[in-house]
Amino acid sequence: MSLPVVQRTVKISNPQGLHARPAELFARLALQFDSKIDVIREDLRVDAKSILNVLTLGAGPGTELVLEASGDDAEEALEAIAQLVRNDFANDETLSRESPG
Amino acid sequence: MKFVDFVTREAIRTSIEVTAKEQVIRTMITALLESGRISEEQYESVVEAILKREELGSTGIGRGVAVPHTKHPSVEELVGSVSISEEGVDFDSLDGEKVHLLFLLISPPDRPGDHLRALENISRQLRDESFCSFLKQSKTPDDVWLLLEEADNNQFVS
Repeated sequence: MSLPVVQRTVKISNPQGLHARPAELFARLALQFDSKIDVIREDLRVDAKSILNVLTLGAGPGTELVLEASGDDAEEALEAIAQLVRNDFANDETLSRESPG
Repeated sequence: MKFVDFVTREAIRTSIEVTAKEQVIRTMITALLESGRISEEQYESVVEAILKREELGSTGIGRGVAVPHTKHPSVEELVGSVSISEEGVDFDSLDGEKVHLLFLLISPPDRPGDHLRALENISRQLRDESFCSFLKQSKTPDDVWLLLEEADNNQFVS
């Protein structure tokens, strides 16, 4: 029995892009799920559970990323990550304009 | 953005002896002070800003790499320094590994794009294991600079 694979496209809209602090939140959230989760920008596909990998995307504001998860909690994982991106990583009070993450 | 575009050659330090996070950060900012990239008057303010950012969440990004950073009005362009710790620094990284390679970045408040591109460059290059391990083994600032130049010329891109 193969595991379900789900995909979802998200758009980075916070003004500073996917810099260190959002990348940390992104990876930290992905780590909470058992599914394998990739994040894809054009021809670059990386592991969503590694801050270093997420930073290699260099995703500035407006960048579209494809999230792909495979595993039992794949749907749930993508919903949670998509929500984090949609909220501009807003559950993070640290993303003030004062300090780049 | 290439390493040579933001790394201050004179501020590269190898075999740093301090291992406490704050001391390491101070060492790196002192290196920028000694190479004339920031002024004496700004020193404490930059240290404080970087430490404050660390309180929000570690900048240890995994694989033994950390990127302590801040925005600061005292710089007009992105300023960076590199330090190598043989012993390793406890940085509370997400993957639990000690940090050996540190890239400290100070960016002007109005240039978030440059900051993001520097992070992109650092992380892309450091995904290459041989680059990572050569950097860790570097004994002198000249060795580090040579490796950064080689990376800039795509010699490590697989």
